[in-house]
Amino acid sequence: MSSQDILIVAETSRGQLADVCGELLGAARALAALTGGKVVAVLPGADGSALAGGLAAADRILLANAPLLAGFSPEPYVAVLEGIIRAEGPRAVLVASTSVGLDLAPMLGAKLAAPVVNGCRAVSLADGALQVTASFYGGKLLADLTVTAAPAILLLAPGAFRPTLEKGAAAVETWQIPSPLAAGSVVFEEMILPAGGDVDLTQQDVVVAVGRGIQQQDNLEIVEELAAALGGAVAASRPIIDQGWLPATRQVGKSGMTVKPKCFFALGISGAPEHVEGMKDSGLIIAVNTDPAAPIFEVAHYGVVADLLEVAPALTQAIKGA
Amino acid sequence: MKIAVVVRQVPDLIEPVEIAASEKTVDLGMATFRANEADDFALEQAILLKEKSGGTVTVVALDFGDVQNTLYTAAAKGADRLITIPYDADLPPAPKEAAAAYAQVIRGLAPELVLVGSYAHDELESTLAPLLACELGLPFVGVVRGVRPAADGGTATVFKEFPAAALAKMTVKLPALLGILGADQPPRYVPVSRIRALMKTAKIEEQEAAVPDASSAVTVRRLYHPAAGQRAEILEGPPEDVAAKIAGILKEKGVCK
Repeated sequence: MSSQDILIVAETSRGQLADVCGELLGAARALAALTGGKVVAVLPGADGSALAGGLAAADRILLANAPLLAGFSPEPYVAVLEGIIRAEGPRAVLVASTSVGLDLAPMLGAKLAAPVVNGCRAVSLADGALQVTASFYGGKLLADLTVTAAPAILLLAPGAFRPTLEKGAAAVETWQIPSPLAAGSVVFEEMILPAGGDVDLTQQDVVVAVGRGIQQQDNLEIVEELAAALGGAVAASRPIIDQGWLPATRQVGKSGMTVKPKCFFALGISGAPEHVEGMKDSGLIIAVNTDPAAPIFEVAHYGVVADLLEVAPALTQAIKGA
Repeated sequence: MKIAVVVRQVPDLIEPVEIAASEKTVDLGMATFRANEADDFALEQAILLKEKSGGTVTVVALDFGDVQNTLYTAAAKGADRLITIPYDADLPPAPKEAAAAYAQVIRGLAPELVLVGSYAHDELESTLAPLLACELGLPFVGVVRGVRPAADGGTATVFKEFPAAALAKMTVKLPALLGILGADQPPRYVPVSRIRALMKTAKIEEQEAAVPDASSAVTVRRLYHPAAGQRAEILEGPPEDVAAKIAGILKEKGVCK
């Protein structure tokens, strides 16, 4: 262990390592190259032995195995991670901005009296000080920060870091949890998966997604007509799902579906990092938004600064007439 | 059930976020404020729980931004008690300092459930909901989009959101603090006339709470706007012309014939 090590909190999803582990490792390897430390991956779970191979970019892989960690519950997870961080004393702890990470990072920060930075998009070192670029205000502002205390707990913005192809020493160790874990006051019962029957967005060649710019539920018809003309499916960003205008199975983004269609339309979607995470790898991205500064234009290949309610019907006609 | 809800004021992102001349803070002098979206869902969830099982809903807010309008709107939706914490600064406190202030008031309310939005878009250092839970010494779970209290009132079943529309079903011992992302229904609409009527009758209480001075190991060197349109090729012209260009691109890329 070294005070220059970079520790990542690995996560699982439905029995597999979550995709975000690649991004965490990518960021950690780059930062560890600057600090001169090692990359330490911590994998809490019932028994992570079979998954350790997926964390081979780390120099050390700490398996925190306990039956109580089989499903996520904040208290035992925080207890285990707090113990590991105190023992390892890393320079930084990288956490994904996931449902799990968003609970863990602030609680760990409070327990360890450690600084927590949300939305980290870049990390580096200058004159020995940790430098972070973070986004907030829905991705409309960036902040260049210096973090002086260690460990710094960094919540990585979705999709901001690339997975690494590097390999680490990948020494697998089992972390000895010092005392029996208490279940705590929050108990994981079961994971409820969505009922089948709706369109599978991940299998679509064309996805036509809408955000707040659709303004009202009745206007969805305009987008449905465009999707039909293109042979695609309608999807949405979180605000539309929260309004109950489309089912959760149509949500694209960090908490929804990750899609990679041939063509993705982002209509009236500002492009918050949480949404971009779910569509950034689409083959062709076309964005329509009235705000020329909308972050969606940074990820789109083509953009139109206009009202989707004017562009979408015109495009439907153009497609039908083609 | 006694429920406390924290509702924060955030600038409406429909307008540009201005940066102060120092480039180290935002300038909210001209901002339009609105209730934090996730807090609005927390309030809706609280009102739904009250309507189903009885009890009271107390809304606690820092006196910042357009808080009066937000609180009267909360009363119009069904909140029973409105409390502001006096606050006189140009910028909202960071989550850590805000948590310390909110905890002083909420502790006195002795609620069985505290609901706070899972996030606010202006949070840069940590997030309020888990920090407030730590301040209050309450169990916490966040990213929640559904709450069902048990009949005996001792526990609640909560549904925590995971990717691909999955939900983790969890049992939480009460009292507890939940970080709310969504409610069982969207925040309800209340007519402006009802809000105006409540402005004449609803009482907003003031409760003093010290907001600690900010202390952080994080220093802002510079704030800036991301470069707009870095990658996208912007198509210009009237809607029909733009549509024809897009149709051409789709054809060229083999997306449609």
